[in-house]
Amino acid sequence: MQRTDFKVDTVVIGSGPAGMAAAVAAAEEGAGVCVIEREERPGGILKQCIHDGFGLLQFQEKLTGPEYSYRYLQMVENLQIPVLTKTFLLEIQHKENGFRLILQNESGVFSLNPRAVIYAAGCREKTSRQVFLQGTRPAGVITAGTLQYMINIQGYLPAGKCVILGSGDIGLIMARRLTLEGAEVEGVYEIKSEPSGLTRNVAQCLEDYRIPLHLSHTVTEIHGTERLTGVTVARVDENFKPLSGTEKFVPVDTLVLSVGLIPENDIIESLGVELDSRTSGPVVDQYNMTSLEGLFVCGNALHVNDLVDYVSESGETAGRAAAEYAARGLNHGDSNGKRVNLTPGNGIMYVVPQQWKIPMEEETVFYFRSRETVFRAELEVAAGNQVICREKYPVLRPPEMERLVIEPYLIPPGTKEIQFRLRC
Amino acid sequence: MQENRASFTCIVCPLGCSLVVFEDPGGEDNLLVEGNRCRRGEEYAVEEYRNPCRSLTTTVATVFKDCPRLPVRTRGEILLKDIFRAMQQINSLKVEQHMKPGEVVIQDLVGTGVPVIATGSTRPVLEGCSNVRAGFKY
Ligand SMILES: Cc1cc2nc3c(=O)[nH]c(=O)nc-3n(C[C@H](O)[C@H](O)[C@H](O)COP(=O)(O)OP(=O)(O)OC[C@H]3O[C@@H](n4cnc5c(N)ncnc54)[C@H](O)[C@@H]3O)c2cc1C
Ligand code: SF4
Repeated sequence: MQRTDFKVDTVVIGSGPAGMAAAVAAAEEGAGVCVIEREERPGGILKQCIHDGFGLLQFQEKLTGPEYSYRYLQMVENLQIPVLTKTFLLEIQHKENGFRLILQNESGVFSLNPRAVIYAAGCREKTSRQVFLQGTRPAGVITAGTLQYMINIQGYLPAGKCVILGSGDIGLIMARRLTLEGAEVEGVYEIKSEPSGLTRNVAQCLEDYRIPLHLSHTVTEIHGTERLTGVTVARVDENFKPLSGTEKFVPVDTLVLSVGLIPENDIIESLGVELDSRTSGPVVDQYNMTSLEGLFVCGNALHVNDLVDYVSESGETAGRAAAEYAARGLNHGDSNGKRVNLTPGNGIMYVVPQQWKIPMEEETVFYFRSRETVFRAELEVAAGNQVICREKYPVLRPPEMERLVIEPYLIPPGTKEIQFRLRC
Repeated sequence: MQENRASFTCIVCPLGCSLVVFEDPGGEDNLLVEGNRCRRGEEYAVEEYRNPCRSLTTTVATVFKDCPRLPVRTRGEILLKDIFRAMQQINSLKVEQHMKPGEVVIQDLVGTGVPVIATGSTRPVLEGCSNVRAGFKY
């Protein structure tokens, strides 16, 4: 049955794994929650991620994206959480006692006035505008995620012979997918000296099909007027500058860009929430609440994740906290703004959440990434000038996010800053 | 010499050692592994050299307009060398009945005995589900 009898006090934007986990957690805490989704089907990006490897942590099983998403959809169904599909969030306005969301669907423009909002709108791909490429803009230059959508959802193969620029996971997965569907992948070109994707994907997507990975290489020029006819590739030096004399023309009809993802935050940026330039997402506390009271962010909108299990975990955190906020107008004690800042030190790219609100009552999960690949790394967490925990890792790699749980009793009173750093 | 050696990236642990496997020129059936930092890497390399197996995930065409492709996977693994043959069989198929995750699409994939199952649903929402609605408004 459609539930229309309850008052919506918590609205989730996005029905990807982050949004669904948040909605389930909020409903379990008793919130009147509903989910807004612009697409026809719930599930977010996982609908097109038909490969497996999802859910090892959440379900102890190797699931495909659609299967992982189906598990959550069943929970959403059991809890009778309304999901409004084909419904767009146009704007969020901040009001005295909550928010006003402007939404639009076939039945017109309408608004909801929840006390808490969980923003789980995912991320978007960097496009050719964000990478510097010389030449015209012929057809045949496409992002890996768009190509994945065309092949896996629409069932249409728009490529014959291709080059993939960037060795992010989506690019690696698409190299295999294209090969299986009969396209030819000439090679994957990566400007850095190591792959940006997971090792498992390098092995099972490239090595299995003998697709060459050219490290320290990039595409310098695009050829063709209407349709792409080829690209120029070249080796680069340590500063990523193409080395003259190493240019080579590769005749291809498709250039696939897999050059990274950025959190999708246009709508909340306009609310003036504090952003973290390292993650391109908002600054949040241990409840995934932003600098704007009552606005929570989770999943790839917060920072780009490589494991969907962590996406769901961040959704649960936001969902539970938002439900509490919607019911009581606060999260665990004072809102006088006292927080401890978490900062990345030597060798660390970022730490999320960036703030730990006082009182620190529960153990808290922190996610971090290293700047570079470091073998036998030793992480040190320092509160002020006191080291409160050390952790050893056989290897830390930037593409593989790490997770660390910190117990609040470890933090000395009066601490202002907690730093994550690598010992050198 | 070339055919008697192969290289892999070990994926057993996060270190990702680069492994090389050789057929021992002296021994009959012996394989030598280099580049591994531990035993598990050696076992992995030998298995990858002799019988690499993979699960296959892909999509199948359907007759349904609003869901032209159904995502599927093998229930279990097949030999890597059978993957392209398997793709041919899967791509020659068109699903005519509604499917949901877990339902069998092909009983026996190219004689491997491994079935192919749906991982997604041909319907936009769960069957009989009423909480997911398009164009609904409060
Ligand atoms: C191509 C790709 C491959 C991946 N491969 C793996 C893998 O192998 N293993 C793994 O564990 N993880 C993988 N990941 C990571 C994981 O899938 C993602 O991190 C995860 O799906 C992110 O979930 P999310 O809920 O934050 O965002 P999404 O899944 O992107 O969901 C966001 C939802 O919000 C909706 N939305 C956005 N804006 C609005 C708006 N204004 N109004 C209404 N709705 C809106 C969108 O339509 C979408 O449905 C992959 C990610 C990608 C992109
Ligand atoms: S060889 Fe051993 S140490 Fe190296 S990646 Fe494989 S399992 Fe890890």
